[in-house]
Amino acid sequence: MSLTTDSSQANQQARSRANQRAKPGSDSVRAREESPSPRRRSRKRRERLFQWLFLVPAVIYMALFFGYPVVKNIVMSFQDYTTATFFTGEAPWVGLANYAKVLSSSLFSTSLVNTALFTLGSILGQFVIGLALAIFFQRKFPLNGILRSLLLLPWLLPLIVSSAVWRWILDKDSGALNRFLGELHIVNTGVPWLTSTSLALIAVVGVNIWIGIPFNLTILYGGLQEIPDELYEAGSLDGATGWKAFRHITWPMLRPVVSVVLVLGVVYTLKVLDIILGLTNGGPANSTQTIATQSYDLSFHEFKFGEGAALGNVLVVISLVFAVLYLRASRRSVDE
Amino acid sequence: MKSAIRTRRPLALAVAALVGLPLAITGCGTTSSASSTDAVKEISVMDYYNNEPDKSFIGDALTACGIKAGVTIKRETVPGKSLVSKVLQQSSSKTLPDVLMLDNPDLQQIAATGALAPLSDFNISTTDFAPGVLSAGTYKDKVYGLAPTVNTIALFYNKDILAKAGVTPPTTWDELKTAATKLTSGEQYGLAFNANPTYEGTWQFLPVMWSNGGDEKNIDTPETAQALQLWTDLVKDGSVSSSALNWTQADVKDQFMAGKAAMMVNGPWQIPALDKNAALHYGVVKIPVRDASQTAVAPLGGEVWTVPQTGNKARQAKAAEVVACMNSDENQLALAKVRNTIPSKTSLAAKFAADNPKLSTFTDLIKTARARTGELGEGWPAQATKIYTAIQTALTGKASPADALKQAQGQ
Repeated sequence: MSLTTDSSQANQQARSRANQRAKPGSDSVRAREESPSPRRRSRKRRERLFQWLFLVPAVIYMALFFGYPVVKNIVMSFQDYTTATFFTGEAPWVGLANYAKVLSSSLFSTSLVNTALFTLGSILGQFVIGLALAIFFQRKFPLNGILRSLLLLPWLLPLIVSSAVWRWILDKDSGALNRFLGELHIVNTGVPWLTSTSLALIAVVGVNIWIGIPFNLTILYGGLQEIPDELYEAGSLDGATGWKAFRHITWPMLRPVVSVVLVLGVVYTLKVLDIILGLTNGGPANSTQTIATQSYDLSFHEFKFGEGAALGNVLVVISLVFAVLYLRASRRSVDE
Repeated sequence: MKSAIRTRRPLALAVAALVGLPLAITGCGTTSSASSTDAVKEISVMDYYNNEPDKSFIGDALTACGIKAGVTIKRETVPGKSLVSKVLQQSSSKTLPDVLMLDNPDLQQIAATGALAPLSDFNISTTDFAPGVLSAGTYKDKVYGLAPTVNTIALFYNKDILAKAGVTPPTTWDELKTAATKLTSGEQYGLAFNANPTYEGTWQFLPVMWSNGGDEKNIDTPETAQALQLWTDLVKDGSVSSSALNWTQADVKDQFMAGKAAMMVNGPWQIPALDKNAALHYGVVKIPVRDASQTAVAPLGGEVWTVPQTGNKARQAKAAEVVACMNSDENQLALAKVRNTIPSKTSLAAKFAADNPKLSTFTDLIKTARARTGELGEGWPAQATKIYTAIQTALTGKASPADALKQAQGQ
């Protein structure tokens, strides 16, 4: 998430810088007509200085809070960084050993597949349900506003609270979900949602979908509001109503918003940690272990900070691919 | 034009000030270190007893020890999960407390960094301590930490349920299996333990593994496979819920208290909660062994007190006095009684067990209890991960116990 917000900030900065450049330019045209050249030069220098002064806080902030951790993490991934390093400051250089170790571990492929399934499943579910709800709330009906704000609830709860509650709901023996299904006679024995190797990932994806719906709903709803009513009116005269209206008016008009939601969603889902830790701790038998949870485990439970950092960087690179895709997509839409 | 520039100047100044401010703040932070020649009036202590009633029990003992040593105690309690990261943070910023409490399996990890002072530097006596307690506190032949009281796990059973089913508390694995099957009916499971993918899952498995001769150095052995086979059989035949794969020890206690498990593997720290329910009658026995001739070996739990290398000799000396005082016979007995733990000196065991019959099983177990880090030291976390991975693989049926252990050991 942070990566994409960075880049969108950077975009804005680039744009505002471009504006700044344009304005002083037109000023200086005027200046050339009014005043002699030495004054012009000092003014120009002063303007350049101010431009830098305005940039400096942002640059320092970025360097301190984004640059430093990223650089530190990259350096750490090439070191034998252990608990002793904290006290002695000594971290021997080990080259690519950390990467070789985590990438060749038998757990890596499991984590990679789980991360892919988790991300894909979560995004698909969140997006489809979020879009359906957004379209539903487009209609005018009583309590629309209240219901919509109630749907934001999962977003407002601390993740550790949500996962604790869901852990109880999904419990095999006394969980609310199994009780409910039992009363309806859909199942007669407890479904081991979180303790079966085939169901745990599905259950975790389900909870993550529940958490992600508000985000998708809010942004897609905002996007839908932007589509002018006239288009639908004109479309209905030509016979485009219902599904056809969605296919030929809503979807094309919503495309830019959809790409933002999807890319942000992917980057956000890749790094999910607390929900999985709270629900299953990566179990049973690593069936919900993702790259994020494995990296956390290596660093903070096994104290292999170098290996944890290496795995973390792998995750950053994967996120970066999506961030670049997003940047290219948004640049194209600006160009258009 | 000119006026426009003038109004901009204060803004530029403000920006420059804002940029400079953090630098100024960080500059100020490094000036507060007292010289070691001053008389020590106050020492800092950090521990993870952040919940009542333990928070007060430990706090009171510390205050009393402080008075004895002529210093006031500045105590900080942090949540258990964040203690080690906090210690690492402090050791890199050279702000470690004068007295530091650590969970015993973490001691060697921290001692290996060089952040702790050996207690022999301060002539603190280590006689009479149970061998397990000393091996947990020792790194490279030097004792770095001592625990006033320790704990372990045993088998709790619900007296009423067992009496009704005509079952006596099991002592061997076969008896355990038969009893657990017999006690399973409807919503009630015969036994509850936790086998979750954390060190807690490993901890609960250690009694059966160690008592049967298994060893953490190499888990790919028939002895450990037999132990894991027992755990697997109990889950497979339904006498333990498969939810054990995700339960914590607190969940296990809740199941037992709700009458949903007739027996459970748990520790004495659950006793206050169990005693709150007057209708619950429970007993405690050792965790069964495979063959009646085997001795039960339990894993040692508990927290050790240490003196970090703060570089201030006078303060370290005072800190050592406090650590010695916390480990005195009187404090061991008093703290063990109120906290439902066991004194770590074997010389106190007989008296303590007589005064606290409820804790006699645990007191007995401590004499032979084994420290998790006794053999592997800093290598323990990696091996503990392999153990819980193997447990999870076997209990979910992904591999037979022997194969699961072989895979995990090879990783």
